[in-house]
Amino acid sequence: MPPPDIIALLDAHFGSKIKDRKADAIDAFVVVAPEDLLAVCRYLRDEAPLLFDILNCISGIDYLELDPKKAPKAGFEPHVEVVYHMSSFNHRHRFTLKLILPRWKDNKPGELPEAPSVTGLWHSADWHEREVYDLCGVWFDGHPDLRRILLSEDWIGHPLRKDYEFPLEYHGMRGR
Amino acid sequence: MGWLEGRFEEGMITTTLEQAINWARESSMWPMTFGLACCAIEMMATGASRYDIDRFGAGAFRATPRQADLMIVAGTVNFKMATRVRRLYNQMPDPKFVIAMGACTCGGGPYYKYGYNVVKGVDLVVPVDVYVPGCPPRPEALLEGLMRIQDKVRGMKYLTKNQPINVPIPSRTGYVQLPPEFSDPDPVKALEKANAWAKETKEKAAPAKA
Repeated sequence: MPPPDIIALLDAHFGSKIKDRKADAIDAFVVVAPEDLLAVCRYLRDEAPLLFDILNCISGIDYLELDPKKAPKAGFEPHVEVVYHMSSFNHRHRFTLKLILPRWKDNKPGELPEAPSVTGLWHSADWHEREVYDLCGVWFDGHPDLRRILLSEDWIGHPLRKDYEFPLEYHGMRGR
Repeated sequence: MGWLEGRFEEGMITTTLEQAINWARESSMWPMTFGLACCAIEMMATGASRYDIDRFGAGAFRATPRQADLMIVAGTVNFKMATRVRRLYNQMPDPKFVIAMGACTCGGGPYYKYGYNVVKGVDLVVPVDVYVPGCPPRPEALLEGLMRIQDKVRGMKYLTKNQPINVPIPSRTGYVQLPPEFSDPDPVKALEKANAWAKETKEKAAPAKA
């Protein structure tokens, strides 16, 4: 099924819950709110014409322009995106879902933004969500075991955040 | 051994105990089986039959730090691994030697500026005896590094305590010794001759164009 038809199907079923859509991109995507994510994902996985039975990847992106001169021209407000790539073995089509989150929950630095976990739908989401949590700092609500996966467990901060600062010292080793 | 040399029957040699111990030690440098990244592939190539690190007595890669004399830190060391590297170093028996192999272990390498979790040189974690630069170094370079370690061992004053370890003078090098037909009093000319010969043979060996 070509991506515009998938988007039309989602629009017909969810209506105003689909916040944004782009059908002519290479990876056609829709944007949903975090509270609607599970419903949309379940629909995408279980509906007969869609049957997205594999979640390929979850990525986290930090949108932030640190330079105050460039910030007005950057073309985006500071936010964090979580991108879900999924595909179907039966129908051989793929699709992308995006989640737009604030950089910090309630605008308090250090409070991680929250997204619902999709581990209940796709088991492959387990480690992907751990990785996004580890490097990009998104808290996945309902994840069975949300720990750091790549960095050591006592690491401070989330390195792929744009405003991350390198550690000066780690267990007695000079950092830079 | 000075005036004692040649005073006994044939087949008898004289040496000092220190020299004998150092000779035994340098000829059986057992490295640890320990590779972290792409440099480890090159280390394996050094251990394999083409370059054959066993020629220098360092072919017995031990799978435990308790039996190893030499740690070849081959590859990027990140902070998570650095704590383990330090523990492995502490588990090795004295005397122990460390080769920092490759750009990452010498000083961070390509991760120097933006690598948030890469140690900027393994000398911040364990004391390093020999640095082998390169990305990754050729097996010959690692062999050269091993020879420098052996020089260091040869200079050790082990039995007489509290003496500074001699700064070793390289006694073996990795330079190619030219065969006698290229010999020339001027080393530059000798090298030119050898290069011309190498070029000629390479052209001869090239397949004829159809």
